[in-house]
Amino acid sequence: MLTQIKVHNLSKAYGHRLLFRNLSLTIPNHSVFVLLGRNGAGKTTFLRILCGLVSASSGEIEITVDGKVLTPQEKRAQIGLVAPELELYEELSAVENLEFFAGVRGIPFSLTSVRELLDFVGLKGRGLDLVHTYSSGMKQRLKYAYALLHEPKILVLDEPTTNLDEDGVKLVEAIIARQRRRGIVVMATNDPREVAYGEQTLSLDTAKPGDLA
Amino acid sequence: MSRRFPWIRQSLVIWHKELRIEFRTRFAYSTLLMFAVTTLITISFSVGGFVPDSDITAALLWIILFFSAMAGLGRTFVQEEEKKTVTALKLAVAPEPVFLGKYFFNVTLLCSLTVLVVPLFLVLLNQSVPQWPPFLVTVILGVLGLAGASTIIAAIVAKAEAKSAMMTILAFPVLVPLLLAAINATRACLAGASGAAPASELYVLLFYNGAVLTASLLLFEYIWNE
Repeated sequence: MLTQIKVHNLSKAYGHRLLFRNLSLTIPNHSVFVLLGRNGAGKTTFLRILCGLVSASSGEIEITVDGKVLTPQEKRAQIGLVAPELELYEELSAVENLEFFAGVRGIPFSLTSVRELLDFVGLKGRGLDLVHTYSSGMKQRLKYAYALLHEPKILVLDEPTTNLDEDGVKLVEAIIARQRRRGIVVMATNDPREVAYGEQTLSLDTAKPGDLA
Repeated sequence: MSRRFPWIRQSLVIWHKELRIEFRTRFAYSTLLMFAVTTLITISFSVGGFVPDSDITAALLWIILFFSAMAGLGRTFVQEEEKKTVTALKLAVAPEPVFLGKYFFNVTLLCSLTVLVVPLFLVLLNQSVPQWPPFLVTVILGVLGLAGASTIIAAIVAKAEAKSAMMTILAFPVLVPLLLAAINATRACLAGASGAAPASELYVLLFYNGAVLTASLLLFEYIWNE
């Protein structure tokens, strides 16, 4: 399946503060796109607009799969997000969290496949523990399980290796490599090691209208 | 049916998640129950052996249920915002099933409270109910209306700064028609043979529920999305 993200003249302002203006770019299938910029430059806002969580001041982001433009409902099924401002339910276990999100997404829940996913993200044997007993690194790993549960075409990562140890960083590298084969990775970071994963980068500090069109 | 109506299945999944978390934390139910029981005991002590007339009894019952609902149901959406789970939920499901799931949960909480509080209230205030069927319909419709209005107002309050004060302030004007109709219907049921059957009040309660649910489902998307 051919997935593509097209950004058309995207602008975002909060009140009088302009974050970015008239951004236009295309992110092709099987690629990793990295967004750079100082704190407050608008990286997270760009990712939230891409995910449909925040509306743009003007312009739009169009996601197409096999030439068909996705509706907001279809976007939900094709986007997985890992971000510092996204948390999972601490009163539930990892398995219960994934069971819940599989339920609302309408995808079949199997304990075996969920255990495999938790093993993959490095939470083997901890699936039945309540999330509030997890360390911050384990919570970050669980966010990857949440983001990959529905096998999205687009994986959106905001500061992807936050709180992770060296093994966790290698896990993120493996996830990015796998996702590149499946579709697209869009990432916001300033970490030089993470920037190196991307074929295409855009700095919001220096972005001019029409960049990367 | 759930395949044809995904909203229903998704709402039930959200309702189940809310119940599971509530069973573990017991936050909302404890708040509702503590408020209702302390108010009820205070009222029963203050009236002593005196049997208040149906006007006062009906108003007291709905005051207890109203303030219990305000105390316990307001956190439905606030905790999703405060614990940052709202983003994960927004990414996974459309707004309408979220509203319905939270509404079903609030109905469950308020019904389980009402089942305990109403009989206790009638016993402690030495009240008999000559017209049981309309009384039960009044309580059910009143509780559904309280839960519906509380759910949509809780969603608005979750976006506000002064959350604790906002819930009661916003809810009161919205709930006045419901409370007046519920109090009038309850009074008629408690007054017995001397009171007329509260048909018009029951229609008001029924239409109030329909209006609140319809408006909530239409407006919730704009409240839920930034």
